[in-house]
Amino acid sequence: MKQKDPDLLLFHAPLLRQGMTTPKAMRDVLIALAPATGASLWFFGMSAVLVLGASIAGAVLAEWLFADRASRGESLRDATGVLTGLLLGLTLPPGLPMWMAFLGGFVSIALGKVIWGGLGHNLFNPALLGRAFLLATFPIAMTTWVSAHPEGGFFSVYAGNLALPFMQAPVDGVTAATPLGLLKFEQEVTPLTNLMLGKIGGSLGETNGILLLLGGVYLWLRRDLDWRIPVGILGTVVIFSFFLGLFDAERFPTPLFSVFSGGLLLGAIYMATDPVTSPVTPRGAWIFAIGTGVLVMLIRVFGGLPEGVMYAILLMNAATPLIDRYTQPRVFGHGAEKQP
Amino acid sequence: MKVFRRLRRNFEHGVHPAHHKQQTENLPIQRVPFGKHYIMPLGQHIGVPSRAVVAAGDPVERGQLIAEPGGFVSTALHSPVKGTVSKVGDFRGVDGRFAPAIAIEADPFATQEVDPDAAPDWRSLSLEAFIEAVQMAGIVGMGGAAFPSHVKLSVPDGVKIRHLLINGAECEPYLTTDHRLMIERPEALLEGAEILRQKLGAEETVIGIEANKPDAIETISRHLSPDQPVRIVTLKVKYPQGAEKMMIKSVFGTEVPAGRLPRDVEVNVNNVGTAVAIADYFLRGMPLIERVVTVAGPGVTYPANLIVPLGTSVRDVVRFCGGLKPGSREIIMGGPMMGRPIASLDVPVLKGCSGVLVFTEEQTARRKEYPCIRCGRCLEACPYFLNPSRLARLSKARMFDEMKDYNVFDCVECGCCTFACPSNIPIVQLIRTAKDDLKNRKEPDA
Repeated sequence: MKQKDPDLLLFHAPLLRQGMTTPKAMRDVLIALAPATGASLWFFGMSAVLVLGASIAGAVLAEWLFADRASRGESLRDATGVLTGLLLGLTLPPGLPMWMAFLGGFVSIALGKVIWGGLGHNLFNPALLGRAFLLATFPIAMTTWVSAHPEGGFFSVYAGNLALPFMQAPVDGVTAATPLGLLKFEQEVTPLTNLMLGKIGGSLGETNGILLLLGGVYLWLRRDLDWRIPVGILGTVVIFSFFLGLFDAERFPTPLFSVFSGGLLLGAIYMATDPVTSPVTPRGAWIFAIGTGVLVMLIRVFGGLPEGVMYAILLMNAATPLIDRYTQPRVFGHGAEKQP
Repeated sequence: MKVFRRLRRNFEHGVHPAHHKQQTENLPIQRVPFGKHYIMPLGQHIGVPSRAVVAAGDPVERGQLIAEPGGFVSTALHSPVKGTVSKVGDFRGVDGRFAPAIAIEADPFATQEVDPDAAPDWRSLSLEAFIEAVQMAGIVGMGGAAFPSHVKLSVPDGVKIRHLLINGAECEPYLTTDHRLMIERPEALLEGAEILRQKLGAEETVIGIEANKPDAIETISRHLSPDQPVRIVTLKVKYPQGAEKMMIKSVFGTEVPAGRLPRDVEVNVNNVGTAVAIADYFLRGMPLIERVVTVAGPGVTYPANLIVPLGTSVRDVVRFCGGLKPGSREIIMGGPMMGRPIASLDVPVLKGCSGVLVFTEEQTARRKEYPCIRCGRCLEACPYFLNPSRLARLSKARMFDEMKDYNVFDCVECGCCTFACPSNIPIVQLIRTAKDDLKNRKEPDA
């Protein structure tokens, strides 16, 4: 029985792969963010849907618009556009006009990612870059916080959300300062349980610390995140606040307050860990994390702004290539002592 | 001194591929019947090709010298069968290029026996004579690299070897040749190891075995005799546990300095198959003319562990195993992590061929490549602590010289980075491209 030989392929070894792919990793982050997103719906109702939806729509539109025709579908399927939009949305105030959120999402992808050469090539975290753009452009709308649970239940909407494009938001009746703002400008400390559970004013995603931590644990279990970065940032913040507390326990925040207030958990777990914009080497990750933690505290305590997570991460993003260059791991057998 | 340690010692980093050994790990080694045609390439080891000492038309005995070493880093070749030399000339090799080889037609009526007293008495040999005897027996490292064993055994004056390390890790998925040898021929393994140990003057023999072969560990420990300084070290199942520098790190906790050899840390590493080959030659007179090959993979009808005479075509080996299943797409010689794809079924089984693995659509489907997101999984995989993501980026940009700053020449091409990459970037392949370019640029005449 003569059998024709198959046309043999000549792919080089290794032929085996571990099952993880980049789109799967991106989807894992979306899954990890699901509980916190759910909490934002619970606290802010329909407004959360509108703001998050607008920012995701803006991101996806930019992704679609600037993709070349051949890979148009592909760049949407890897979920990075949706992820950036969602991350940006979670940092926005619940009462932000939708058109601003949409614009922010668009800018995140266009100026934060596409202009650098697409996925994997950007220097700054796209979502934070979009947020920085919004904060610079619409400082009032971006710092107007509303209290959770709008009157009228889930389907009621903050008046600001529906502002027409290029119009400022009308000032809402029920504004609420963030815990950090209260501390900084009015020396008022928010109870810790409120902080952890989210009964505070703040951006959509930053209010429920427990759920953010839960998502972080999930990502760590899936090995999608470098644990050094959140541990380093949070550790630095805790230690920094502890020592500040030794000087003046009245004026400075306690360590736990520092961790659970503002966007620190959201930033430390989901944004600083963006692999593209954080160091790839283990030592570099520590330097990056500690640097971010120190900057966060410096801005919060000594700066003019109540919150500094965004600028801290963006500044460390800029330092990432340099950190990577100087923290290459010791190669096996280099500098090893000759020993019996 | 009989010590049985069940410590899971380890090196850092590495990857955990599914080991896929179930197909063949319990199948006894079978002998492939002798065929008709044999092709013995003159360059089937690392180093200088051998020099043919026979011509077309010469009758040859099984085990007869047919090519002598072409230099120091080179070994002898022997006829795998009794028969007649049909041609000395160029044949297509494993890499697809034509290379000199000796073709032999087997005598169909021969009993194919080997003179059991062909080897000199190893006890009476001086170290130099012993090393030469190993070279003339054509023995090379049987783990896959086919590095001439006598070169490893040649230790310069003043360097002492204290530990003989026998490598039974077999960390490549699918392969079960060393595993079966340890179960079926523990006496030969220990004999070969003892010969090597005494000749090297080593204090002890350490046999390193991955923990997924408890039967091999158990079998060998049953055969240990109290007067031989042999101990077994159980190693964690991890790739590349069988890379010799990783294994030294796992067993002794010592890092071999970059660019140096195991002997610089007083260790000599030999594969299980090599130790058996040593015993087969010095005690039974059989030079390296056959080897154990695992034939496995999803495309093989009847997977098997086979004793295959060298020079047998892959076609004959696969036919003995019931042929290729429909849908077979690629054949790898060696393991799936570091082996080489072959372009034709007519290439011969070589000294370094530990496996013939047939893969189908699932393993060879073109995987969509995504941009590198610098996730760092390759850094955590690289046992040499290189920065594969950086190296791959530089290689893509053809910035090969910059790659030297990132220690590209420390890469042993184990493939952990490509295995680990979620973006399906062919990292190790990109690194190989760069290394080839850099090497060839350095020696334009070579």
